[in-house]
Amino acid sequence: MNNVFVYCEIEGQTVADVSLELLTKGRKLANTLGVQLECICAGSKLDGVEKQVMPFGVDKVHVFDAEGLFPYTSNPHTALVVNLFKEEKPQICLMGATVIGRDLGPRVSSALFSGLTADCTELEIGDFDMNVKNADGEMEKKHYVNQLYQIRPAFGGNIVATIVNPEHRPQMATVREGVMKKEVLDPNYKGEVIRHDVAKYVPETEYVVKVLDRHIEKAKHNLKGAAIVVAGGYGMGSKEGFDMLFDLAKELHAEVGASRAAVDAGYADHDRQIGQTGVTVRPKVYIACGISGQIQHIAGMQDAGIIISINSDPNAPINTIADYVINGTVEEVVPKLIKYYKKNSK
Amino acid sequence: MSLKIVVLAKQVPDTRNVGPDAMTPEGTVNRAALPAVFNPEDLNALEQALRLKEQFPGSTISVLTMGLPKSAEVIREALYRGADQGYVVTDRPLGGADTLATSYTLSQAIKKIGEYDIILGGRQAIDGDTAQVGPQIAEKLGLTQVTYAEEIISLDPEKKKIVVKRHIDGGVETVEAPLPLVVTVNGSAAPCRPRNAKRVMKYKNATAAAERTPEQAEALAPVIAKKPYLDITQWGAADIDADPAQIGKAGSPTNVKSVQNIVFKAKESRTMSGSDEEIDTLIQELLNEKIIG
Repeated sequence: MNNVFVYCEIEGQTVADVSLELLTKGRKLANTLGVQLECICAGSKLDGVEKQVMPFGVDKVHVFDAEGLFPYTSNPHTALVVNLFKEEKPQICLMGATVIGRDLGPRVSSALFSGLTADCTELEIGDFDMNVKNADGEMEKKHYVNQLYQIRPAFGGNIVATIVNPEHRPQMATVREGVMKKEVLDPNYKGEVIRHDVAKYVPETEYVVKVLDRHIEKAKHNLKGAAIVVAGGYGMGSKEGFDMLFDLAKELHAEVGASRAAVDAGYADHDRQIGQTGVTVRPKVYIACGISGQIQHIAGMQDAGIIISINSDPNAPINTIADYVINGTVEEVVPKLIKYYKKNSK
Repeated sequence: MSLKIVVLAKQVPDTRNVGPDAMTPEGTVNRAALPAVFNPEDLNALEQALRLKEQFPGSTISVLTMGLPKSAEVIREALYRGADQGYVVTDRPLGGADTLATSYTLSQAIKKIGEYDIILGGRQAIDGDTAQVGPQIAEKLGLTQVTYAEEIISLDPEKKKIVVKRHIDGGVETVEAPLPLVVTVNGSAAPCRPRNAKRVMKYKNATAAAERTPEQAEALAPVIAKKPYLDITQWGAADIDADPAQIGKAGSPTNVKSVQNIVFKAKESRTMSGSDEEIDTLIQELLNEKIIG
């Protein structure tokens, strides 16, 4: 009762990275609150799935293993989460801000009448006062302790809002992959495994959507894990302009990323987008080419070790967080970077 | 066979083009500096609705929005592009709603519209990027959902089945689902067709009551008597039988505790011009310190 829950996303038999990241965060929140960390693993043929999650400090693994639970469809997963939560009454529930988490989270929150905050970038525990209506309809100040602060950029990333839901449980939040860090707590951590009778939680009538066909493609690049990222913005001018960045990336063994503006303009593929609505990266070196540095972009790369900004506008906002600012056009500077890298690395 | 289609639309501040004047000196959002637009993905949803209407003649498309009186602008825009009728839900007690209170309000309005085979909406709105209202409406109406839809592949009104291609993380899938249901559509789906000139002529004076000044109301009354389609249906909380505890601020479990401007820590930086000599030196330094290698 009153514990922290993480809904684990499972592709085939493999728990998604985003879920393991949330288990790490969930463990920390549970420690702060002095409660247990529990997780839900729902899918098909899940024997031994607990071995993937327990090292992250899970005290209780709820396994729902049935034919119809993989691939994911909305209704059965909603039913099992909602019915389990009615019994367990968690205080916090975390999900990935993935296609699955963003499909499931809102349904669960609607069924339980609980608050859900999408795409959080930070989660903290805190106390605060808030004016609320009392039974007589008058406003009065109430003190709340040990609440989940759900912190997220809002309004196109221009402000950061701290959201709380003091009067409703569970406090639900989704977080994008790569935002939290995944850390094994103890490879031999011992928790409890509960194998639930799925039929008790999911009525047969919930299996209404049939997946006819499904293609998962292996990721074409490893932007998230790259040591060096060469990223282009709207200032690259065209899709062809990006070719130069691929040339530089090839030399440096780097991956190519892009700002939202560049992706929206069609210069780069959607899966290369870095920022609040894309991928979060923490490379050793980040080379920003023709990126002005809107806040929503900076949110996805500010933890890079060394930031090099190439921009013809000396007042580009990204320059304020850069270690090296090169005032010049990408057309001039990028070929020079390639040329002198080739010369000096030999 | 004809279909009853509901399209959810939202008028949003255009956060895609946020200029330096978008924030007030006090750090609050200067809504006046941002143009109000038709939420882009709702237009993709409208296009899917229009395609269904072409495929099943006699179908009707009802566009539903909730917001300030001026949000009726999105209804007019949808009428220009081929929708049949529109509903604006606007009322003071509805203000301050989070996604849950919004979805409750819209689900009550959909019940009032009555029959429906499919409810279409954009995947998410650009002012919040939450993607929550579609699934929450589905849950409240006891319907299933297909989110992140790319294309409606086929629909069989007799068997009451729909086949939809949708995006999933790292791929695509095709699903078959029963009608009625909620489908939310991605921005990468087919773009919405432009306005139709004849329809613009027909509907340019279509307004919701809350949009009209008393003088305009008086002048329009005889026109509306002859052309009732110029009166965009407007509902308040009472019209949709809304439970006061589930709308507006009262019906919103989430509260904004605080809002801050983002301030990034400025770093000591080295500025250079991009001359050959400087780039050469920079690369040598980065290599020597094993930052690149």
